[in-house]
Amino acid sequence: MAIIEVDNLSKTFKVPVREQGLRASVRSLVHRETKEVTAVDSVSFTIEPGEVVGFLGPNGAGKTTTLKMLSGLLHPTGGRCNVLGLEPKARPAELLRQITLVMGNRNQLQWDLPALDSFELNRAIYRIPRAEFIPRRDELIELLDVGDLVTKPIRNLSLGERMKMEIAGALLHRPQVLFLDEPTIGLDITMQRRIRTFIADYNNRHGASVILTSHYMADVQALCKRVIVIHHGRLVFDGDLTTLGERFTTQRTITARLADGEEITIRALRADTASVTSKLLADYDVVDLTIEDPPIDDVIEQVFADAGDAS
Amino acid sequence: MIPLYAAHMRQSVLTQFQYRAANYFYMIGMIAEPVVYLVVWSTIARAHGGSIDGLTPGAFAAYYIVWTLVRNMNIVLTPFAWEERIKDGTLSGQLMRPIHPIHEDLASFAGWKIVVLLLWIPIAAVLVLLFRPTLSPTPLQCIVFFFAIWGAYLIRAIIQWSLGLITFWTTRVSAIFEAYILSEMLLSGRVFPLVLMPKWFQTLTWYFPFRWTFSFPIVALTGPIKNRDLFIGLGMQVAWILAGIGLLSLVWPRAVRRFSSVGG
Repeated sequence: MAIIEVDNLSKTFKVPVREQGLRASVRSLVHRETKEVTAVDSVSFTIEPGEVVGFLGPNGAGKTTTLKMLSGLLHPTGGRCNVLGLEPKARPAELLRQITLVMGNRNQLQWDLPALDSFELNRAIYRIPRAEFIPRRDELIELLDVGDLVTKPIRNLSLGERMKMEIAGALLHRPQVLFLDEPTIGLDITMQRRIRTFIADYNNRHGASVILTSHYMADVQALCKRVIVIHHGRLVFDGDLTTLGERFTTQRTITARLADGEEITIRALRADTASVTSKLLADYDVVDLTIEDPPIDDVIEQVFADAGDAS
Repeated sequence: MIPLYAAHMRQSVLTQFQYRAANYFYMIGMIAEPVVYLVVWSTIARAHGGSIDGLTPGAFAAYYIVWTLVRNMNIVLTPFAWEERIKDGTLSGQLMRPIHPIHEDLASFAGWKIVVLLLWIPIAAVLVLLFRPTLSPTPLQCIVFFFAIWGAYLIRAIIQWSLGLITFWTTRVSAIFEAYILSEMLLSGRVFPLVLMPKWFQTLTWYFPFRWTFSFPIVALTGPIKNRDLFIGLGMQVAWILAGIGLLSLVWPRAVRRFSSVGG
Protein backbone atom coordinates (compact mmCIF):
# COMPACT_ATOMS: atom_id res chain seq x y z
CA MET A 1 0.00 0.00 0.00
CA ALA A 2 1.29 3.45 -0.94
CA ILE A 3 2.52 5.57 1.94
CA ILE A 4 1.84 8.80 0.06
CA GLU A 5 -1.05 9.23 -2.38
CA VAL A 6 -1.42 12.42 -4.36
CA ASP A 7 -4.37 12.78 -6.66
CA ASN A 8 -4.84 15.84 -8.88
CA LEU A 9 -3.34 18.03 -6.21
CA SER A 10 -3.53 21.75 -7.00
CA LYS A 11 -2.71 24.97 -5.23
CA THR A 12 -3.48 28.47 -6.41
CA PHE A 13 -2.47 31.63 -4.59
CA LYS A 14 -4.30 34.93 -4.83
CA VAL A 15 -1.66 37.63 -5.15
CA PRO A 16 -2.27 41.39 -5.17
CA VAL A 17 -1.27 43.20 -8.33
CA ARG A 18 -0.77 46.93 -8.69
CA GLU A 19 0.79 48.99 -11.42
CA GLN A 20 3.42 51.52 -10.46
CA GLY A 21 2.63 55.16 -9.85
CA LEU A 22 0.54 57.35 -7.59
CA ARG A 23 -2.73 56.88 -9.49
CA ALA A 24 -2.49 53.10 -9.23
CA SER A 25 -1.63 53.45 -5.56
CA VAL A 26 -4.74 55.58 -4.85
CA ARG A 27 -6.94 53.28 -6.93
CA SER A 28 -5.73 50.27 -4.94
CA LEU A 29 -7.13 51.90 -1.79
CA VAL A 30 -10.68 51.36 -2.98
CA HIS A 31 -10.26 48.55 -5.45
CA ARG A 32 -7.62 45.97 -4.72
CA GLU A 33 -6.84 43.90 -7.77
CA THR A 34 -5.62 40.35 -7.39
CA LYS A 35 -4.70 37.60 -9.75
CA GLU A 36 -4.58 33.88 -9.27
CA VAL A 37 -1.25 32.16 -9.60
CA THR A 38 -1.21 28.41 -9.98
CA ALA A 39 1.72 26.99 -8.05
CA VAL A 40 0.75 23.32 -8.36
CA ASP A 41 -1.50 22.11 -11.14
CA SER A 42 -3.23 18.71 -10.92
CA VAL A 43 -0.22 16.70 -9.79
CA SER A 44 -0.70 12.98 -9.14
CA PHE A 45 1.73 10.34 -7.91
CA THR A 46 2.13 7.68 -5.24
CA ILE A 47 5.11 6.76 -3.11
CA GLU A 48 5.69 3.34 -1.61
CA PRO A 49 7.12 2.62 1.85
CA GLY A 50 10.92 2.89 1.88
CA GLU A 51 11.17 4.73 -1.46
CA VAL A 52 13.57 7.65 -1.86
CA VAL A 53 12.21 9.95 -4.54
CA GLY A 54 13.91 12.98 -6.01
CA PHE A 55 11.55 15.88 -6.56
CA LEU A 56 13.07 18.05 -9.24
CA GLY A 57 12.19 21.31 -10.85
CA PRO A 58 13.55 24.79 -11.43
CA ASN A 59 12.95 27.59 -8.92
CA GLY A 60 9.24 28.37 -8.62
CA ALA A 61 8.22 25.03 -10.16
CA GLY A 62 5.98 24.13 -7.19
CA LYS A 63 8.24 21.66 -5.37
CA THR A 64 8.19 23.36 -1.96
CA THR A 65 4.47 24.13 -2.26
CA THR A 66 3.80 20.43 -2.88
CA LEU A 67 5.95 19.42 0.09
CA LYS A 68 4.14 21.93 2.27
CA MET A 69 0.77 20.50 1.23
CA LEU A 70 2.00 16.98 1.98
CA SER A 71 3.20 18.07 5.40
CA GLY A 72 -0.01 19.93 6.24
CA LEU A 73 1.39 23.47 6.18
CA LEU A 74 -0.65 24.49 3.15
CA HIS A 75 -4.21 23.58 2.28
CA PRO A 76 -4.70 22.36 -1.29
CA THR A 77 -7.17 24.30 -3.43
CA GLY A 78 -7.92 21.21 -5.50
CA GLY A 79 -7.43 17.46 -5.51
CA ARG A 80 -6.41 15.50 -2.45
CA CYS A 81 -3.43 13.93 -0.78
CA ASN A 82 -2.91 11.30 1.87
CA VAL A 83 0.18 10.61 3.90
CA LEU A 84 0.22 7.40 5.96
CA GLY A 85 -3.50 7.16 5.28
CA LEU A 86 -4.20 10.53 6.90
CA GLU A 87 -5.17 13.88 5.46
CA PRO A 88 -2.30 16.35 6.06
CA LYS A 89 -4.44 19.51 5.92
CA ALA A 90 -6.22 18.48 9.12
CA ARG A 91 -2.77 18.25 10.76
CA PRO A 92 -3.70 15.29 12.97
CA ALA A 93 -1.17 14.75 15.76
CA GLU A 94 -0.96 11.10 14.75
CA LEU A 95 0.44 12.18 11.36
CA LEU A 96 2.72 14.91 12.70
CA ARG A 97 4.36 12.35 14.99
CA GLN A 98 5.36 10.26 11.97
CA ILE A 99 6.62 12.84 9.49
CA THR A 100 9.27 15.52 9.37
CA LEU A 101 10.05 18.46 7.14
CA VAL A 102 13.61 19.74 6.92
CA MET A 103 14.15 22.94 5.00
CA GLY A 104 17.73 23.70 4.11
CA ASN A 105 17.60 27.39 4.86
CA ARG A 106 15.47 27.30 8.01
CA ASN A 107 16.57 26.89 11.58
CA GLN A 108 14.23 25.22 14.07
CA LEU A 109 16.66 24.58 16.89
CA GLN A 110 17.08 26.99 19.78
CA TRP A 111 19.69 29.48 18.59
CA ASP A 112 21.26 30.26 21.94
CA LEU A 113 21.46 26.77 23.39
CA PRO A 114 23.45 23.65 22.60
CA ALA A 115 21.68 21.13 20.38
CA LEU A 116 21.43 18.70 23.28
CA ASP A 117 18.96 21.05 25.00
CA SER A 118 16.83 21.31 21.86
CA PHE A 119 16.91 17.53 21.49
CA GLU A 120 15.63 17.26 25.06
CA LEU A 121 12.75 19.58 24.16
CA ASN A 122 11.91 17.42 21.14
CA ARG A 123 11.82 14.42 23.45
CA ALA A 124 9.08 16.12 25.44
CA ILE A 125 7.18 17.33 22.35
CA TYR A 126 7.13 13.88 20.74
CA ARG A 127 6.76 12.07 24.07
CA ILE A 128 9.70 9.78 23.43
CA PRO A 129 10.37 7.55 26.45
CA ARG A 130 13.82 8.29 27.84
CA ALA A 131 14.92 4.67 27.43
CA GLU A 132 14.30 4.99 23.67
CA PHE A 133 15.44 8.57 23.37
CA ILE A 134 19.01 8.14 24.62
CA PRO A 135 20.08 5.38 22.17
CA ARG A 136 18.29 7.15 19.29
CA ARG A 137 19.97 10.45 20.05
CA ASP A 138 23.36 8.80 20.42
CA GLU A 139 22.91 6.89 17.18
CA LEU A 140 22.12 10.10 15.28
CA ILE A 141 25.06 11.88 16.90
CA GLU A 142 27.34 9.03 15.85
CA LEU A 143 26.00 8.71 12.30
CA LEU A 144 26.28 12.43 11.70
CA ASP A 145 29.64 12.60 13.47
CA VAL A 146 28.65 15.55 15.65
CA GLY A 147 29.72 14.29 19.07
CA ASP A 148 31.99 17.26 19.71
CA LEU A 149 29.42 19.81 18.52
CA VAL A 150 26.28 18.95 20.46
CA THR A 151 27.40 20.87 23.53
CA LYS A 152 28.11 24.10 21.64
CA PRO A 153 25.38 26.72 21.22
CA ILE A 154 23.80 26.49 17.76
CA ARG A 155 24.78 30.08 17.00
CA ASN A 156 28.46 29.10 17.22
CA LEU A 157 28.21 26.36 14.57
CA SER A 158 28.94 26.62 10.86
CA LEU A 159 26.12 26.33 8.30
CA GLY A 160 26.93 22.69 7.60
CA GLU A 161 27.21 21.81 11.27
CA ARG A 162 23.87 23.51 11.96
CA MET A 163 22.27 21.53 9.15
CA LYS A 164 23.49 18.27 10.64
CA MET A 165 21.99 19.28 13.99
CA GLU A 166 18.71 20.23 12.29
CA ILE A 167 18.57 16.81 10.67
CA ALA A 168 19.37 15.03 13.94
CA GLY A 169 16.67 17.04 15.75
CA ALA A 170 14.15 16.35 13.00
CA LEU A 171 14.71 12.60 13.16
CA LEU A 172 14.68 12.02 16.92
CA HIS A 173 11.04 10.97 16.81
CA ARG A 174 12.01 8.46 14.08
CA PRO A 175 9.59 9.66 11.38
CA GLN A 176 8.37 7.26 8.72
CA VAL A 177 8.18 9.99 6.08
CA LEU A 178 10.91 12.57 5.49
CA PHE A 179 10.32 15.69 3.41
CA LEU A 180 13.75 17.13 2.73
CA ASP A 181 13.69 20.48 0.96
CA GLU A 182 17.18 21.23 -0.27
CA PRO A 183 18.93 19.87 2.81
CA THR A 184 22.40 20.42 1.30
CA ILE A 185 21.87 23.97 0.06
CA GLY A 186 24.93 26.16 0.62
CA LEU A 187 27.06 23.33 2.00
CA ASP A 188 30.52 22.38 0.81
CA ILE A 189 31.09 19.17 -1.15
CA THR A 190 32.33 17.18 1.86
CA MET A 191 29.37 18.17 4.00
CA GLN A 192 26.94 17.44 1.14
CA ARG A 193 28.43 13.97 0.82
CA ARG A 194 28.14 13.29 4.56
CA ILE A 195 24.52 14.30 4.64
CA ARG A 196 23.76 12.21 1.58
CA THR A 197 25.40 9.16 3.16
CA PHE A 198 23.44 9.76 6.33
CA ILE A 199 20.08 9.99 4.52
CA ALA A 200 20.81 6.75 2.64
CA ASP A 201 21.81 5.09 5.89
CA TYR A 202 18.67 6.28 7.69
CA ASN A 203 16.53 5.00 4.82
CA ASN A 204 18.25 1.59 4.94
CA ARG A 205 18.04 1.24 8.71
CA HIS A 206 14.49 2.39 9.27
CA GLY A 207 12.76 1.88 5.91
CA ALA A 208 11.54 5.48 5.90
CA SER A 209 10.16 7.05 2.75
CA VAL A 210 11.97 10.17 1.60
CA ILE A 211 11.00 12.93 -0.79
CA LEU A 212 14.04 15.03 -1.54
CA THR A 213 14.26 18.27 -3.45
CA SER A 214 17.68 19.49 -4.42
CA HIS A 215 19.35 21.57 -7.05
CA TYR A 216 22.45 19.42 -6.66
CA MET A 217 22.13 16.49 -9.04
CA ALA A 218 24.81 14.65 -7.08
CA ASP A 219 22.27 14.38 -4.22
CA VAL A 220 19.65 12.95 -6.52
CA GLN A 221 22.02 10.53 -8.26
CA ALA A 222 23.37 9.26 -4.96
CA LEU A 223 20.01 8.78 -3.26
CA CYS A 224 17.13 8.48 -5.69
CA LYS A 225 16.32 5.67 -8.03
CA ARG A 226 13.11 7.42 -8.95
CA VAL A 227 12.57 11.06 -9.79
CA ILE A 228 9.51 13.23 -10.22
CA VAL A 229 10.04 16.29 -12.35
CA ILE A 230 7.71 19.24 -11.94
CA HIS A 231 7.69 22.41 -14.02
CA HIS A 232 5.27 25.34 -13.90
CA GLY A 233 3.35 23.31 -11.31
CA ARG A 234 2.82 20.38 -13.66
CA LEU A 235 4.26 16.92 -13.44
CA VAL A 236 6.39 16.33 -16.52
CA PHE A 237 8.15 13.09 -15.60
CA ASP A 238 7.76 10.34 -13.04
CA GLY A 239 10.05 7.35 -13.34
CA ASP A 240 13.53 5.91 -13.01
CA LEU A 241 16.39 8.36 -13.10
CA THR A 242 18.03 6.20 -15.78
CA THR A 243 15.04 6.40 -18.11
CA LEU A 244 14.91 10.18 -17.72
CA GLY A 245 17.96 10.47 -20.00
CA GLU A 246 16.53 8.03 -22.52
CA ARG A 247 13.30 9.91 -22.74
CA PHE A 248 14.49 13.48 -22.79
CA THR A 249 17.81 13.33 -24.62
CA THR A 250 18.19 12.40 -28.22
CA GLN A 251 21.97 12.20 -28.26
CA ARG A 252 24.74 10.09 -26.76
CA THR A 253 28.40 10.86 -26.57
CA ILE A 254 30.85 8.35 -28.14
CA THR A 255 34.49 8.76 -27.18
CA ALA A 256 37.18 6.69 -28.90
CA ARG A 257 40.89 6.60 -28.06
CA LEU A 258 43.02 5.63 -31.03
CA ALA A 259 46.27 3.66 -31.14
CA ASP A 260 48.25 6.80 -31.92
CA GLY A 261 46.94 8.46 -28.74
CA GLU A 262 44.42 10.74 -30.44
CA GLU A 263 40.91 10.98 -28.93
CA ILE A 264 37.75 11.37 -31.00
CA THR A 265 34.45 12.54 -29.48
CA ILE A 266 31.25 12.23 -31.50
CA ARG A 267 27.69 13.18 -30.52
CA ALA A 268 25.33 10.81 -32.24
CA LEU A 269 21.58 10.46 -32.25
CA ARG A 270 20.50 7.78 -29.82
CA ALA A 271 19.03 5.69 -32.65
CA ASP A 272 22.25 5.92 -34.64
CA THR A 273 24.61 4.99 -31.81
CA ALA A 274 25.18 1.40 -33.03
CA SER A 275 25.86 2.30 -36.64
CA VAL A 276 28.14 5.22 -35.76
CA THR A 277 30.10 3.00 -33.38
CA SER A 278 30.48 0.24 -35.99
CA LYS A 279 31.76 2.72 -38.53
CA LEU A 280 34.19 4.17 -36.04
CA LEU A 281 35.58 0.72 -35.20
CA ALA A 282 35.85 -0.17 -38.89
CA ASP A 283 37.55 3.04 -39.99
CA TYR A 284 39.99 3.63 -37.12
CA ASP A 285 42.42 1.67 -34.99
CA VAL A 286 40.44 2.05 -31.74
CA VAL A 287 42.03 0.94 -28.45
CA ASP A 288 39.32 2.23 -26.09
CA LEU A 289 35.69 3.20 -26.57
CA THR A 290 33.07 4.69 -24.26
CA ILE A 291 29.42 5.50 -24.96
CA GLU A 292 27.77 7.84 -22.47
CA ASP A 293 24.47 9.51 -21.89
CA PRO A 294 24.83 13.25 -21.35
CA PRO A 295 25.55 14.34 -17.74
CA ILE A 296 22.39 14.32 -15.60
CA ASP A 297 22.56 18.10 -15.18
CA ASP A 298 22.34 18.47 -18.96
CA VAL A 299 19.43 16.02 -19.06
CA ILE A 300 17.53 17.96 -16.42
CA GLU A 301 18.21 21.20 -18.22
CA GLN A 302 16.82 19.60 -21.36
CA VAL A 303 13.72 18.39 -19.48
CA PHE A 304 13.03 21.87 -18.14
CA ALA A 305 13.61 23.40 -21.56
CA ASP A 306 11.23 20.95 -23.24
CA ALA A 307 8.59 21.44 -20.54
CA GLY A 308 8.98 25.20 -20.84
CA ASP A 309 8.42 25.01 -24.57
CA ALA A 310 5.30 22.95 -24.05
CA SER A 311 3.67 25.25 -21.50
CA MET B 1 1.38 18.03 29.07
CA ILE B 2 3.29 18.63 32.31
CA PRO B 3 6.63 17.23 30.96
CA LEU B 4 6.16 19.38 27.84
CA TYR B 5 5.61 22.55 29.89
CA ALA B 6 8.52 21.65 32.15
CA ALA B 7 10.81 21.15 29.12
CA HIS B 8 9.80 24.47 27.54
CA MET B 9 10.17 26.29 30.85
CA ARG B 10 13.57 24.75 31.43
CA GLN B 11 14.71 25.79 27.97
CA SER B 12 13.38 29.28 28.49
CA VAL B 13 15.22 29.61 31.81
CA LEU B 14 18.45 28.42 30.17
CA THR B 15 18.01 30.87 27.28
CA GLN B 16 17.14 33.83 29.49
CA PHE B 17 20.11 33.21 31.75
CA GLN B 18 22.27 33.59 28.65
CA TYR B 19 20.85 37.11 28.43
CA ARG B 20 20.79 38.00 32.12
CA ALA B 21 22.46 41.40 31.58
CA ALA B 22 19.99 42.31 28.82
CA ASN B 23 17.14 41.12 31.05
CA TYR B 24 18.36 43.28 33.89
CA PHE B 25 18.58 46.41 31.77
CA TYR B 26 15.15 45.59 30.34
CA MET B 27 13.73 45.39 33.85
CA ILE B 28 15.42 48.59 34.96
CA GLY B 29 13.91 50.32 31.91
CA MET B 30 10.52 48.94 32.82
CA ILE B 31 10.81 50.20 36.39
CA ALA B 32 11.03 53.76 35.09
CA GLU B 33 7.33 53.77 34.13
CA PRO B 34 5.83 53.00 37.59
CA VAL B 35 8.42 55.15 39.37
CA VAL B 36 7.25 58.16 37.33
CA TYR B 37 3.60 57.39 38.19
CA LEU B 38 4.56 56.87 41.84
CA VAL B 39 6.42 60.16 42.16
CA VAL B 40 3.61 62.09 40.41
CA TRP B 41 0.80 60.59 42.52
CA SER B 42 2.75 60.85 45.79
CA THR B 43 3.42 64.53 45.09
CA ILE B 44 -0.26 65.12 44.32
CA ALA B 45 -1.25 63.26 47.52
CA ARG B 46 1.05 65.40 49.64
CA ALA B 47 -0.30 68.56 47.97
CA HIS B 48 -3.82 67.40 48.92
CA GLY B 49 -2.99 67.15 52.61
CA GLY B 50 -1.44 63.67 52.62
CA SER B 51 -3.87 61.51 50.64
CA ILE B 52 -6.18 61.25 47.63
CA ASP B 53 -9.34 59.19 48.04
CA GLY B 54 -7.68 57.53 51.04
CA LEU B 55 -4.46 56.68 49.20
CA THR B 56 -1.39 57.95 51.06
CA PRO B 57 2.13 58.17 49.54
CA GLY B 58 2.82 54.86 51.34
CA ALA B 59 -0.24 53.27 49.70
CA PHE B 60 0.83 54.60 46.29
CA ALA B 61 4.31 53.17 46.90
CA ALA B 62 2.80 49.76 47.73
CA TYR B 63 0.57 49.93 44.63
CA TYR B 64 3.38 50.75 42.20
CA ILE B 65 5.98 48.43 43.73
CA VAL B 66 3.53 45.53 43.46
CA TRP B 67 2.79 46.90 39.98
CA THR B 68 6.40 46.17 38.97
CA LEU B 69 5.99 42.52 39.92
CA VAL B 70 2.58 42.18 38.25
CA ARG B 71 3.86 43.88 35.11
CA ASN B 72 6.85 41.57 34.87
CA MET B 73 4.70 38.55 35.52
CA ASN B 74 2.17 39.42 32.83
CA ILE B 75 4.62 39.98 30.00
CA VAL B 76 3.45 37.82 27.11
CA LEU B 77 4.13 37.32 23.43
CA THR B 78 3.51 40.64 21.72
CA PRO B 79 1.01 40.56 18.83
CA PHE B 80 3.69 42.30 16.74
CA ALA B 81 5.79 39.12 16.85
CA TRP B 82 3.54 37.22 14.48
CA GLU B 83 4.66 38.99 11.34
CA GLU B 84 8.29 38.00 11.95
CA ARG B 85 7.27 34.51 12.98
CA ILE B 86 5.46 33.98 9.69
CA LYS B 87 8.23 35.59 7.62
CA ASP B 88 11.19 33.74 9.11
CA GLY B 89 9.53 30.31 9.01
CA THR B 90 9.32 29.84 12.78
CA LEU B 91 5.60 29.22 12.50
CA SER B 92 6.11 26.50 9.87
CA GLY B 93 8.35 24.67 12.31
CA GLN B 94 5.80 25.06 15.09
CA LEU B 95 2.99 23.78 12.88
CA MET B 96 4.97 20.63 12.12
CA ARG B 97 4.87 19.68 15.80
CA PRO B 98 2.03 17.56 17.17
CA ILE B 99 1.13 20.22 19.71
CA HIS B 100 -0.72 23.55 19.58
CA PRO B 101 1.89 26.33 19.29
CA ILE B 102 0.29 28.35 22.11
CA HIS B 103 1.63 25.83 24.61
CA GLU B 104 5.19 26.67 23.62
CA ASP B 105 4.57 30.38 24.20
CA LEU B 106 2.68 29.89 27.45
CA ALA B 107 5.40 27.63 28.82
CA SER B 108 8.34 29.68 27.54
CA PHE B 109 7.07 32.95 28.96
CA ALA B 110 6.18 31.19 32.21
CA GLY B 111 9.79 29.97 32.38
CA TRP B 112 11.01 33.49 31.78
CA LYS B 113 9.06 34.58 34.89
CA ILE B 114 11.33 32.47 37.05
CA VAL B 115 14.35 34.44 35.83
CA VAL B 116 12.41 37.71 36.08
CA LEU B 117 11.40 36.99 39.66
CA LEU B 118 15.00 36.40 40.70
CA LEU B 119 16.10 39.63 39.04
CA TRP B 120 13.13 41.57 40.46
CA ILE B 121 13.87 40.88 44.13
CA PRO B 122 16.88 43.26 44.50
CA ILE B 123 15.13 45.95 42.43
CA ALA B 124 12.04 45.71 44.65
CA ALA B 125 14.26 45.90 47.76
CA VAL B 126 15.74 49.19 46.54
CA LEU B 127 12.27 50.57 45.72
CA VAL B 128 11.02 49.61 49.21
CA LEU B 129 13.95 51.40 50.85
CA LEU B 130 13.41 54.48 48.72
CA PHE B 131 9.60 54.82 48.84
CA ARG B 132 8.57 53.12 52.15
CA PRO B 133 5.37 51.33 51.06
CA THR B 134 2.47 50.70 53.43
CA LEU B 135 1.65 47.06 52.93
CA SER B 136 0.09 44.59 55.35
CA PRO B 137 -1.75 41.85 53.43
CA THR B 138 -3.64 39.03 55.13
CA PRO B 139 -2.66 35.40 54.41
CA LEU B 140 -5.77 35.08 52.22
CA GLN B 141 -4.72 38.13 50.19
CA CYS B 142 -1.27 36.58 49.67
CA ILE B 143 -2.79 33.31 48.45
CA VAL B 144 -5.23 35.08 46.12
CA PHE B 145 -2.39 37.29 44.84
CA PHE B 146 -0.36 34.20 43.90
CA PHE B 147 -3.21 32.84 41.77
CA ALA B 148 -4.22 36.27 40.49
CA ILE B 149 -0.81 37.03 38.92
CA TRP B 150 -0.95 33.73 37.02
CA GLY B 151 -4.56 34.44 36.08
CA ALA B 152 -3.50 37.85 34.79
CA TYR B 153 -0.70 36.20 32.82
CA LEU B 154 -3.07 33.71 31.20
CA ILE B 155 -5.65 36.36 30.28
CA ARG B 156 -3.05 38.59 28.65
CA ALA B 157 -1.27 35.66 26.99
CA ILE B 158 -4.39 34.15 25.42
CA ILE B 159 -5.99 37.43 24.36
CA GLN B 160 -2.82 38.91 22.89
CA TRP B 161 -2.03 35.63 21.16
CA SER B 162 -5.49 35.66 19.58
CA LEU B 163 -5.10 39.33 18.69
CA GLY B 164 -1.80 38.58 16.96
CA LEU B 165 -3.61 36.18 14.65
CA ILE B 166 -5.06 39.21 12.82
CA THR B 167 -1.65 39.21 11.11
CA PHE B 168 -2.90 36.28 9.03
CA TRP B 169 -5.52 38.51 7.42
CA THR B 170 -3.60 41.75 7.07
CA THR B 171 -0.01 42.81 7.56
CA ARG B 172 -1.06 46.34 8.54
CA VAL B 173 -1.95 45.47 12.09
CA SER B 174 0.09 47.96 14.11
CA ALA B 175 -2.81 50.41 14.47
CA ILE B 176 -5.10 47.70 15.88
CA PHE B 177 -2.49 46.51 18.35
CA GLU B 178 -1.71 50.03 19.47
CA ALA B 179 -5.42 50.77 20.04
CA TYR B 180 -5.56 47.65 22.19
CA ILE B 181 -2.50 48.64 24.22
CA LEU B 182 -3.89 52.18 24.69
CA SER B 183 -7.20 50.76 25.95
CA GLU B 184 -5.26 48.60 28.36
CA MET B 185 -3.28 51.58 29.64
CA LEU B 186 -6.49 53.46 30.42
CA LEU B 187 -8.77 50.72 31.68
CA SER B 188 -6.42 48.40 33.55
CA GLY B 189 -5.12 50.44 36.47
CA ARG B 190 -1.71 50.54 34.87
CA VAL B 191 -1.36 54.34 34.78
CA PHE B 192 -3.54 55.21 37.80
CA PRO B 193 -5.22 53.17 40.54
CA LEU B 194 -8.84 52.67 39.40
CA VAL B 195 -10.12 53.74 42.82
CA LEU B 196 -9.19 57.33 41.86
CA MET B 197 -11.57 57.26 38.90
CA PRO B 198 -15.30 58.16 38.89
CA LYS B 199 -17.75 55.38 39.73
CA TRP B 200 -19.02 55.08 36.12
CA PHE B 201 -15.43 54.61 34.89
CA GLN B 202 -14.78 51.92 37.46
CA THR B 203 -17.98 50.14 36.44
CA LEU B 204 -16.93 50.35 32.78
CA THR B 205 -13.64 48.58 33.53
CA TRP B 206 -15.56 45.52 34.70
CA TYR B 207 -16.60 44.77 31.12
CA PHE B 208 -13.06 44.58 29.73
CA PRO B 209 -10.30 42.07 30.46
CA PHE B 210 -7.72 44.74 31.36
CA ARG B 211 -8.74 45.38 34.96
CA TRP B 212 -8.20 41.71 35.78
CA THR B 213 -4.64 41.77 34.46
CA PHE B 214 -3.33 44.79 36.42
CA SER B 215 -5.61 46.39 38.98
CA PHE B 216 -7.09 43.21 40.44
CA PRO B 217 -3.84 41.35 41.23
CA ILE B 218 -2.25 44.54 42.60
CA VAL B 219 -5.19 45.44 44.82
CA ALA B 220 -5.54 41.79 45.86
CA LEU B 221 -2.23 42.22 47.69
CA THR B 222 -2.23 45.91 48.63
CA GLY B 223 -5.92 46.26 49.52
CA PRO B 224 -8.18 47.61 50.66
CA ILE B 225 -10.34 44.78 49.37
CA LYS B 226 -13.13 42.65 50.85
CA ASN B 227 -12.70 38.85 50.94
CA ARG B 228 -15.80 38.55 48.78
CA ASP B 229 -14.21 40.76 46.11
CA LEU B 230 -11.08 38.63 46.13
CA PHE B 231 -13.11 35.61 45.07
CA ILE B 232 -15.20 37.62 42.60
CA GLY B 233 -11.93 38.82 41.04
CA LEU B 234 -10.60 35.29 40.68
CA GLY B 235 -13.95 34.29 39.19
CA MET B 236 -13.74 37.12 36.65
CA GLN B 237 -10.24 35.99 35.73
CA VAL B 238 -11.45 32.45 35.12
CA ALA B 239 -14.33 33.84 33.01
CA TRP B 240 -11.94 35.88 30.86
CA ILE B 241 -9.56 32.93 30.47
CA LEU B 242 -12.46 30.79 29.26
CA ALA B 243 -13.62 33.58 26.93
CA GLY B 244 -10.07 33.85 25.56
CA ILE B 245 -9.88 30.10 24.97
CA GLY B 246 -13.24 30.27 23.19
CA LEU B 247 -12.04 33.13 21.00
CA LEU B 248 -8.81 31.33 20.24
CA SER B 249 -10.51 28.08 19.31
CA LEU B 250 -12.68 30.02 16.86
CA VAL B 251 -9.91 32.08 15.28
CA TRP B 252 -6.95 29.67 15.24
CA PRO B 253 -8.28 27.09 12.73
CA ARG B 254 -9.29 29.92 10.37
CA ALA B 255 -5.90 31.59 10.80
CA VAL B 256 -4.08 28.36 9.93
CA ARG B 257 -6.18 28.01 6.78
CA ARG B 258 -5.36 31.61 6.00
CA PHE B 259 -1.65 30.86 6.53
CA SER B 260 -2.10 28.48 3.62
CA SER B 261 -2.73 31.35 1.32
CA VAL B 262 0.14 33.53 2.47
CA GLY B 263 2.61 30.67 2.36
CA GLY B 264 5.58 30.62 4.67
